Order: sequence, then structure tokens, then C-alpha cells
Amino acid sequence: MSSVWIVIILVGAATVCLKAVGPVLFGGRELPLALSAVLFLLAPALLAALVVTQAVGGDRQIVLDERLLGIGAAAVAIVLRLPLLAVVIVAAAVTAGVRALS
Amino acid sequence: MRAWRSGSTSRVIGSTTRTTYREGARRIAPIGAAAAVFGASFAVLSHTAGFDGLAAIVMSATTFAGSAQFAAASVLETGGVAAAVAAAVLLNARYAPISVTVGDQFRGSVVRRLLEAQLIVDESWALSRRSDGRYDRRLLVGGGLVLYVCWVGGTALGALVGDRLGDPERYGLDAAFPALFLALLVPQVTSRRALAAALAGGVIALVLIPFVPAGVPIVAATAACFIGWVRT
Repeated sequence: MSSVWIVIILVGAATVCLKAVGPVLFGGRELPLALSAVLFLLAPALLAALVVTQAVGGDRQIVLDERLLGIGAAAVAIVLRLPLLAVVIVAAAVTAGVRALS
Repeated sequence: MRAWRSGSTSRVIGSTTRTTYREGARRIAPIGAAAAVFGASFAVLSHTAGFDGLAAIVMSATTFAGSAQFAAASVLETGGVAAAVAAAVLLNARYAPISVTVGDQFRGSVVRRLLEAQLIVDESWALSRRSDGRYDRRLLVGGGLVLYVCWVGGTALGALVGDRLGDPERYGLDAAFPALFLALLVPQVTSRRALAAALAGGVIALVLIPFVPAGVPIVAATAACFIGWVRT
């Protein structure tokens, strides 16, 4: 079997199990209060980490490139309360535009 | 700030402002377009790492987690099978705690819960969070289904196009995802604690990027949620 298919099968199987932890193992059960207090904050912590890693993350290094300008433009779009698709398009368009000019 | 404590509020809210699968689908539609484009770019990019069209489609259909798929494909090229699997699984480790936050909302047989659970992705999960801190399964499943179809369909389209699409970075697509997560983050910051968790999570990820493999900073950033134990 090729390495590509080994990766696909292992990652797929692991992901299916990880996503099922809550609904299958914890389904219907209330979580301890101390755990809920912590889980409540997972969304902002993870989303911020996703923003950072995908905005300046490189191959084990911080990469500051055109993406930042695109994300800055997206931040303005968010403040102006533009729809999500507009925010995404603004980010991509600004990034691509700056890249084309540089 | 104590809203998440009371389990009974979900029933009250459920009866007054009843949500539907369609509502979830409608709300996620703008992201669906972006997901389709990224699905296509996954097929194109993974092609350079040795994934043929079928491999890309099967991975999108079974893993259904964009960042992990991109990580697996890119690491496989240089780091080998073990590193590629580790990067992708670590990247997806966040789905264990994420799925627990919504776990009590799922009903029915084990098979049904197992299948519906696969629709949990960052975007459908973030979308399903209500202002009281609990989660709405209908929004998650409705939105997740739309994303799934867009993601797998986009991958299939990308596989047809092959590598003729060129470099996705030329279109600025690599900036679209962080912009998306930023837009999803803003409504999540509903309290001082949430703001502190977001800042701490971002800083943890930023500091770790140079020192650990891709995926680890995101998992490590979950440590920021322990701010929930700090008394205010």
C-alpha cells in the first residue's frame, strides 16, 4: 500500500474517533462543572490560535507576508459588519493584489 | 457569566426560538463557498504531494478537516508517513474536547451519533454556539452537512481541474482561512474571560510556532481555557 493511502486511512480513522468522543462516549452525560468552565473557553482560545497559526505560521517559523495585509483588511471588514463571504473575499483579494504588485 | 451552568435554559430557549437544520445551513452558506474553493485547492495542492484525485476525494470525505488534510499532505512530502499522521492527528486532537462540548446535545443510536459527530468541524461548531454558552445540534448538523457537501464537492472539482489551477497563493486563498477564523472569533468573545482565553491562546500559538511541528501550537493553545478556573 502506498504511503498516501496509509496516511489517509490512519488520519481518517483517528479523526472519526476524536470527533465521536463527545457524542458517543459522553452523550447525554453532564460534564463536571469545573470541566464546563474550562470547555466554555475552548472556542475563543482555539479560534485565536487558528487565526495566529494560519496568519503568520510557516514551516517552524514566523512568516510575515502579504497574508497579514489581507487579514488586516478583513478585520476592517469585520468592524464594518460586512457578511462573512465579503470578509473572506476582501482578505483574499487584498492578499492577491499586494502579491501581484510586489 | 454563569449562564452555562443551568442546563434547563436550553429547553426554554429551544421552545421560544426554535432552530432548524435549514437555519444552520443558511447561516453557514457564505463559508460553504469558501470551503468549496479550499476543497478544490486541497485536491490541487495534495496532487503535488503524490495524492491522485481519488485519494484527495477519499481523504476529504473521511477526515473532513481542512487544516489537518493540508498538514498531512504537506508533511508527507518532506517528513514521511509517521510525521504526516502525527501532524494531522495532533491538529485534530482538538476535536476530542470540542466534541465533548456538544456531546450532550446528540441523541439516538450509537451509529447515528457517530455519523452526526463527523459533521463537527471548527466552523459548524462555532456557528452552533448560542449566547448562553450551550450548543445547538440542529445548527451544527445543518451547517456541517452544507460544509461537507461543499468540501467534498470542491475537492472533486479540484481533482478534475488537476494542477491546471495554478498556485492558490496567487489568489490570496491562504489569507482567507485566518480571516474566516477571525470573523468567527469575534462573536465568541462574549466576556472578559473569553477575551483573556483568546489572547492567551493566540500568544501560546505564536510563541510555539518556531519550536514545534505544525498542529502542536493549536493543541497547546487549548491550555488557555484553564483561565476558566481563575476566580474573578
